[in-house]
Amino acid sequence: MPDTIVPASESLSQPLVWPAEGPTRVPFRVYHDPEILKLEHERIFRGAVWNYLCMEIEIPNKGDFKTTFVGEIPVIVTHNRDGEIHAMVNRCAHKGALVCLTERGNKQRLSCVYHSWTYDLTGQLRGVAFQDGLRGKGGMPEDFDLSKHRLEPLRVAVYNGIVFGTFSDETPDIETFLGKTVCDTLKRNFSRPHKIIGYHSQIIHNNWKLYAENVRDSYHATLLHTFYTTFKINRLDMDGGMILAEPIPWHSLSYAKRATIQEDEGYKDIHSAQFDETALEGPELLQSFHEFDDNITHMIQSNFPNLTFQFTLNSLAVRHFVPKGVGKTELHWYYIGYEDDTPEQEEMRINQGNLTGAAGYVSLEDGCINEFVQRGSHFSEGAEEFLEMGGKTVESSEASRATEVSIRGFWTGYRDIMGFGG
Amino acid sequence: MEITPELRGRVDDLFCDYAFCIDDDNPEIWPDFFTDDGLYEVTTREADQRALPMAIMRCKGMGQIRDRITALRKANIFEDHHYNHIISRPRLTANGDGSVHARTNIVVYRTMHDGKQERFVVASYYDEIVEQGGVLKFKKRRVVLDSRRVDVLLVYPI
Repeated sequence: MPDTIVPASESLSQPLVWPAEGPTRVPFRVYHDPEILKLEHERIFRGAVWNYLCMEIEIPNKGDFKTTFVGEIPVIVTHNRDGEIHAMVNRCAHKGALVCLTERGNKQRLSCVYHSWTYDLTGQLRGVAFQDGLRGKGGMPEDFDLSKHRLEPLRVAVYNGIVFGTFSDETPDIETFLGKTVCDTLKRNFSRPHKIIGYHSQIIHNNWKLYAENVRDSYHATLLHTFYTTFKINRLDMDGGMILAEPIPWHSLSYAKRATIQEDEGYKDIHSAQFDETALEGPELLQSFHEFDDNITHMIQSNFPNLTFQFTLNSLAVRHFVPKGVGKTELHWYYIGYEDDTPEQEEMRINQGNLTGAAGYVSLEDGCINEFVQRGSHFSEGAEEFLEMGGKTVESSEASRATEVSIRGFWTGYRDIMGFGG
Repeated sequence: MEITPELRGRVDDLFCDYAFCIDDDNPEIWPDFFTDDGLYEVTTREADQRALPMAIMRCKGMGQIRDRITALRKANIFEDHHYNHIISRPRLTANGDGSVHARTNIVVYRTMHDGKQERFVVASYYDEIVEQGGVLKFKKRRVVLDSRRVDVLLVYPI
């Protein structure tokens, strides 16, 4: 973390004074002020954090590339001929045009269509059209040096198949940034060979941070998402907890375990028996299989700034929520299976996909709930959120998931990196 | 089934009845348009091109088809809205097994309770239609959205 950060109040035309109560309060202005979004790009997305770029399995071959966004900054991720992964801003060093115009592909070189400036897969400029002019006339000046021009690079770290990038030289190594809990969770979920089995995105009409709050909000889960209670589905998740990252509590893991395992040995791997009393007419939707010895059947693991991993029953998804202006966000849903899944296991993952995503039985409400906050708080920028469920502390909690502790953790990290701290 | 003018008329009626039950907020009869082993899926053109097996919404069999409507009525929370389906002419192809394949372009407009109105979906239906007891039903209705982006949420079937 840079220790010479300029107080944010000096960077905004109207100073933002965070309420004295600290992370139990959030001024609504942070969801509405375009100047704050601009400052977030300087301090967060270009700052000392590791941003999610893509899954390594999306660019498995030499020459593969994928385009994505860090904040709203367009970024290219490449797999170069030496087998290394590189990332660079998708902005030609000449006139600033997008260099890659598709979301994925395979190329030997990256070439801007505007004036044919051509880069290798590390982003280094390799050729300029008409560099020596035409018929001996024109061209670049004598002191033009190809090696001095390149696509703006990001540093890359690949951790258990997840590709992260950072603009800042001050970002600590990836394991330090993620912390032990997140590292352990990523190892658990992604160290086996995996594959993408589904993908779509959802446009939500709210600031990106409202979704960052929403995924950390274990208080709302059974109140807003009534699918399980409506269908009398035995709650699988009696024991659970919320673990905050250390030393900065801006990442978190919310997890739950099925209360008991009652099945006979013969049913060890398939358990649909818990749905005996359900009102579902098609209970096979929730048929699941035992995957992990820790018995965790539900986890939401959220990383600062805008990434969440979800594992519900056997449904593993990566959620990447990308700002599209101050009041709009594109939420990308990547669904993951494992290479050694049997057809039956893959079918169960596919069925359970109905639980989440844009049409998810236990997630579709989140498509509108954050918009309700965005609309409700419009032009109430002097007002603030009240976040004291579960107390005022910012500490891990094994006791109850009816808590806003993880949201307070997000804002603790956010205030520090933005310079909004008290 | 042979593709006859009479069959075309019956398919047109099936498509209208299907769309109007949703547009008129009467989704309780939506399951009746499917066979008991019917499959309903909403996916995207991109997922199709990348051969990704998972859909955005998927109901396999009558139980899951009915559960979608029960959830919509009793469990899921969303702002009131309704659809208006605009359906183009289907292209019908007879399958060897007596069923009929239909591909149809559609546009669905969504009007919110406060009057906000927008084009919600541009999509194609890929259907397998069979006759059961003199009634045409969907053995499979696959909705392929042109865009991978869903605006806000998807709760009513398309």
